[in-house]
Amino acid sequence: MRTAISRLSLVEPRSLRHALRLMRDEAGLVPLAGCTDLYVALNDGALRATRFLNLWPIEELRVIEPRGPVLFIGALATYSSLIRSADVRRRLPMLVSAAREVGGRQVQNRGTLGGNIANGSPAGDTLPVLAAAEATVVLGSATGTRRVPFTAFYKGYRTTVMRADELILGIEVPEVEGRQWFCKVGTRGAQAISKVVMAAVRAPHPRVALGSVAPTVVRVPKTEAALTGGASVDEARTILMSEIAPIDDIRSTAAYRRHVAGVLLGRFWEQTAAGRPVY
Amino acid sequence: MRFTLNGRTVDVRAHPMKRLLDVLREDCHLTGTKEGCGEGECGACTVLVDGEAVNACLVPFAQVRGARVTTIEGLRGRRRLQEAFVEHGGAQCGICTPGMIVAAAALGRRPNLDDIKTGLAGNLCRCTGYSGIYRAIEAAAVPLRPARRRGARGKRR
Ligand SMILES: Cc1cc2nc3c(=O)[nH]c(=O)nc-3n(C[C@H](O)[C@H](O)[C@H](O)COP(=O)(O)OP(=O)(O)OC[C@H]3O[C@@H](n4cnc5c(N)ncnc54)[C@H](O)[C@@H]3O)c2cc1C
Ligand code: FES
Ligand code: FES
Repeated sequence: MRTAISRLSLVEPRSLRHALRLMRDEAGLVPLAGCTDLYVALNDGALRATRFLNLWPIEELRVIEPRGPVLFIGALATYSSLIRSADVRRRLPMLVSAAREVGGRQVQNRGTLGGNIANGSPAGDTLPVLAAAEATVVLGSATGTRRVPFTAFYKGYRTTVMRADELILGIEVPEVEGRQWFCKVGTRGAQAISKVVMAAVRAPHPRVALGSVAPTVVRVPKTEAALTGGASVDEARTILMSEIAPIDDIRSTAAYRRHVAGVLLGRFWEQTAAGRPVY
Repeated sequence: MRFTLNGRTVDVRAHPMKRLLDVLREDCHLTGTKEGCGEGECGACTVLVDGEAVNACLVPFAQVRGARVTTIEGLRGRRRLQEAFVEHGGAQCGICTPGMIVAAAALGRRPNLDDIKTGLAGNLCRCTGYSGIYRAIEAAAVPLRPARRRGARGKRR
C-alpha cells in the first residue's frame, strides 16, 4: 500500500440521517462503499483525501424493491445482489447482464451500483443500462431528497451534478417496454474494463446508450431517430459512427471503438428483431 | 474491533482503514493469504466474508466488523479440495493457490465447469494454464461416496 494509513481517518455514521449530517458538516469527507475503486486508488497512492465516511453498514441503502410504478435500487446494492434479485431480473435484465460482466466474482460481491455511478468512469458498465432505461438518480442530503434524470447526471468527464454534501441514495427505474439488450467489448472475457459498452431497448422508439465512446456515457438521439423513422440499420450505423466521439487511450483507439460501436448496433438490431427469442 | 475469524470470535486492534489483507497477515499472523497485485485484479488475496469471496486487498478493516471472515487457514473442512490441487497439478509456484482454493470453496460443494470458470474469473495464475486448477476443483466436487451427494451445505450463492 503506497498511502500512509496513519494520516487517514474513518468516520462511522450511526444511521443514514447521521451520514447525511456528517456530509453537510464536513467538506471533503469521502464516502466509502465497496471500495473496489477507492482502495485501488489508495493502494496506488493516488488518493489525496484523508477523511472517509463508511457507508457499508447502512442497511437501508441496500434495498431493492418495487415502489409504485418504479423499481428502487439502493446505492449499496452490489453486483451480486443485482444478479440475485428476482425484481431486477424481471424488470431490468440488461442490468443483470451488465453486472455479470463486471470484474470477477470478488469484485461483484463488493462493488456497488452507487459506486459505479459516483465514480463516473465513461467505461462504467452499468451506466449505459441506466441511460437506456431512463432511470432517475435519487440524491439525499441533510436538507432533503432530490431526483435527477440519469441522462442529466453527468456534466462532463467524471463530473456530476451531485453536490459535495449529497449522497446517492439509489436509482429509480421506470417500467421499460421493449426488448432489452446489453453487450460489452473488452480485452478478455472477464475482469476487463470496457473498450465499448452498449445497452439498448428495442421499442417503437428504440433507445441506444454507449459507454467508452465519449467523455461520459451517452444516448445517441440522431441514431435513435433514424431507427424510429425506419432507416435501415446500415444507415443508422453511419449516423452512429459520426454521432459518437471516441478517443485513443490506453485501452483502445478511436477508430476501433467507432467500428465496434457500429458492429454492436448491427447485432442489437439483428438479435432483438421480432420473432427472435426474447433476450 | 470484534469479528469472527476462522470460526473463533476475535478482538483485533488495528487502524479501521488498514487493508483486511494486512490485518490478517500482520496483526493476526495468518500469512496464507497472499498479495499479488494490490489492486483487485489477481485474486491472490481472496478470503470469504460472510461466505462470499472478496479481495482482502480492497476491504477496509472497519467493513468486517461483526462479520465472519474465513481464510485459507480456516478451510479445514475442505481437505479434499486442497488435496485435489496437489493431485491434479493445480499448484506450481503456489502464490495464487490459497486464493484459488478459497474462491473455489465459495462455489459450494458441486460446481460444474461453467460455475468454476465464472467463479474463478477474478483469480489469475501465471503458471498452470488453469486446466490443472479446473480439473482439481471438478475432481474435488465429485463426492467420495454416492451417499454424500447432496451435502448438508448447498450452494452459498
Ligand atoms: C479488478 C476490478 C475489475 C473491475 N471491473 C469493472 C468492470 O468490468 N466494469 C465496471 O464498470 N467497473 C469495474 N470496476 C470498477 C468498480 O468495481 C466499480 O466502479 C464499482 O461499482 C465501484 O463501486 P464501489 O462500491 O466499490 O465504490 P467505491 O470504491 O467505494 O467508491 C467509488 C466512488 O464512488 C463514491 N461513492 C460510492 N458510493 C457513493 C454514494 N452512495 N454516494 C456518493 N458517492 C458514492 C466514492 O466516494 C468514490 O468516489 C472494477 C474494479 C476492479 C478492482
Ligand atoms: S492482491 Fe488482492 S487482488 Fe491481487
Ligand atoms: S501456481 Fe504460480 S501463479 Fe498459479
